[in-house]
Amino acid sequence: MKVNRFLLGSVLSSSLLMSSYASAGEKIMVDKEEYEQLKAAVESLMRSNESNKQAVMNVEQVATQAAASAKAATEMANRVEKRTESKSGFASSGGRISGNEFNPAVSLILDGRYTDIENSQLALAGFQLGGEAALPDNGFATGHNELAISANIDDKFYGSMNTAIVYENGTTTLELEEAFVETLGLGHGLTIKGGRFFSGIGYLNSIHDHAHDFADRPLVYDALFGGHLAQTGLQANWVAPTDFYLSLGAEVTSGSEFPGGTNDNNDALSLFVKTGGDINTSSSWQLGASYFATDFSVREAGGHAHGGGAADVDNELKNGEVDIAGIDFVYKWAPQGNPKQTNFKFQAEYFMRDEKGHAEFTEGANSAEADYDGEQTGFYAQAIYQFMPAWRVGVRYDHLEADNNFTNFVNGGIDEDEFLEESGLGAENDPNRSSIMLDYSPSHFSRIRLQYSDFENGYGTSEDMFTLQYIMSLGSHGSHSY
Amino acid sequence: MIKMKFLYCTMLAFFIASPLAQAKTNIFACEPEWKALAEAIGGDKVKVTSATTAFQDPHHIEARPSLIAKTRRADLLICTGSELEIGWLPLLLRQSGNKDVQVGQPGYFLASEQVERTEIPEKMDRSMGDIHAGGNPHVHLDPKRLLSIAEAFTQRLQLIDAENAGFYEAQFERFETKWLDALKGWESQIAALKGKKVVVYHKNWSYLLAWLDMEAVADLEPKPGIPPTSSHLVSLLQLVKAEQAEAILVAAYQDDKGARWLAKKSGIPVLNLPFTVGGDKESTDLLGLYQNTLTQLLDTLKDS
Repeated sequence: MKVNRFLLGSVLSSSLLMSSYASAGEKIMVDKEEYEQLKAAVESLMRSNESNKQAVMNVEQVATQAAASAKAATEMANRVEKRTESKSGFASSGGRISGNEFNPAVSLILDGRYTDIENSQLALAGFQLGGEAALPDNGFATGHNELAISANIDDKFYGSMNTAIVYENGTTTLELEEAFVETLGLGHGLTIKGGRFFSGIGYLNSIHDHAHDFADRPLVYDALFGGHLAQTGLQANWVAPTDFYLSLGAEVTSGSEFPGGTNDNNDALSLFVKTGGDINTSSSWQLGASYFATDFSVREAGGHAHGGGAADVDNELKNGEVDIAGIDFVYKWAPQGNPKQTNFKFQAEYFMRDEKGHAEFTEGANSAEADYDGEQTGFYAQAIYQFMPAWRVGVRYDHLEADNNFTNFVNGGIDEDEFLEESGLGAENDPNRSSIMLDYSPSHFSRIRLQYSDFENGYGTSEDMFTLQYIMSLGSHGSHSY
Repeated sequence: MIKMKFLYCTMLAFFIASPLAQAKTNIFACEPEWKALAEAIGGDKVKVTSATTAFQDPHHIEARPSLIAKTRRADLLICTGSELEIGWLPLLLRQSGNKDVQVGQPGYFLASEQVERTEIPEKMDRSMGDIHAGGNPHVHLDPKRLLSIAEAFTQRLQLIDAENAGFYEAQFERFETKWLDALKGWESQIAALKGKKVVVYHKNWSYLLAWLDMEAVADLEPKPGIPPTSSHLVSLLQLVKAEQAEAILVAAYQDDKGARWLAKKSGIPVLNLPFTVGGDKESTDLLGLYQNTLTQLLDTLKDS
């Protein structure tokens, strides 16, 4: 008991000393960090106190420890005195707690553009379009205005919601891009995410459009995923405790969105692995491989407001299944790892999709159907170079290729040629696009971009597209991933 | 199926292998000055890696794969804080899945938040540039604040690695003695710098200048975080003459093009200072950094 009392005494006196040390400065306010520290110190002493009750053998040791801590406390007191003597700078209570520290981070992205394009109806030969795949409207338009709210919910969870507010053809739509919760430091490198989120597959998939380097997404994303592979479900991610970076991820999701469709069981599965590292202080890389699979009873094609035109047109894929596999690579360079003046980035992604299903196309009273088996691939490669602060140039090449096979064709008033053209499944030439861009970012929060693309949709027409775009970021601007 | 089994086996192998690597306390430092401090206190009981070098701007770092891997393995993290690393540290923490170094855990140590900071903005508005709500975070060039941080860090290290608490205490005392000795030496030299006026690239010299009783009459950046523009540089030219500034201070990681232009036009010298450990050959540790910084300042400003 004597020992305990001594210990308690030393705890109290040292905490007193520490608090007097804390208020030694001009401000009496004890900052949160320091309070935590103090609490932790007291707790750790308490803990050692607790264990001593059990092990009488250690009493002596504790006594010496306590004596040592008492000695340390006296020394600390001397030190504090010494310090308060000298005029300034030693005060340790720091800063003030700013009023909105506990509020969620709110970020608003404003995206507006002027596009010069002749035909803004997106078509890609051999690909049934879905999701958000589209071309911008001709003329002035506001693009993807994103409102994102995120915060640590408590010490265990992080939450984030990201919505896009899009004005198109006279109507304003609110799109829920992401709304998820995520564990914070579950330990052992594990993170679990639940809700609606951009899948971890590929490199660009989980990166929102405002952080892309071009005004439009790569064609392969539009064609295979309908923009982004957005999923509702669960994701687990594990970072290996290795010197080099290795992370494994898996998702079980509803699979109800393009390239999936209506299904009664939660049938989508994604797997991805990423690795990467530094080559030297100037350059780093990341390599990833991913896989996605789902099946569905019905998938509506056409998607996204524009549709296929007339209202009595129905373009569906029934009892289908989809498998997608891909690899992605990113290389970044900056002199001595300092990207402020100049930097360079190369990225490329390749995906292959294998899908099967029963295709049905109806227009009024006429229809056609066939068993469809498609093998499609697509890639893009791009390079971005910041040649002086605030200014970047970039080039990108997109390429798609479809090899679609049909069996058991049934003509219900629509012949095979018309069916292939109207359903979008008929592959002719390979769609491809070449783009160059120049952008100017006077600060971290604003960007103005000029882009030119030469787009060939696979139906033999070549289209020029000029875009002048601004992307502005208001409020807290979250950090961007690699 | 074979593939899945292989996957499980590899995962299992990593789990088994991980405790073997835990012999030393793994410390993740965001900047080289904190790496130097952690090594000074931790000695051979710790393994420290720095996320940045002296030639990188700690405001703008990418959450690279290698940094995620390092954060994943850290037992203790020592960073500047006060929003300096806001562009990348939160992301590293989220992606690492490491419990021990999350905000509020003992393994999360922010150096600048152990001491009082200056230049806390009264009002926050982006038109004022990239300012920090928590005040100026670049505290490591004030010797007194640095010692307070060293002490707080020692306590934290003792909490994380209680087994070696005594060792860390002794290390701190050795560090403190050396530091106070050096400080005495520096303070006898710095009188010559009192009241000198300089132009700085960014407000990362504020604490050093306050200690030396010097004055920054202008920043090369028109607003914090905004690179120097030619119109701003032209306006500085007159100011340099009017205020009789004697040098332009530029950190190793900052581009000195604007500074050289101004130097040429105004006739005052550019001082490329290391700013942090590793910024030049002489600055191999904190003592060297301070000594070398002072020597350069004195050589340039003493008799001018």
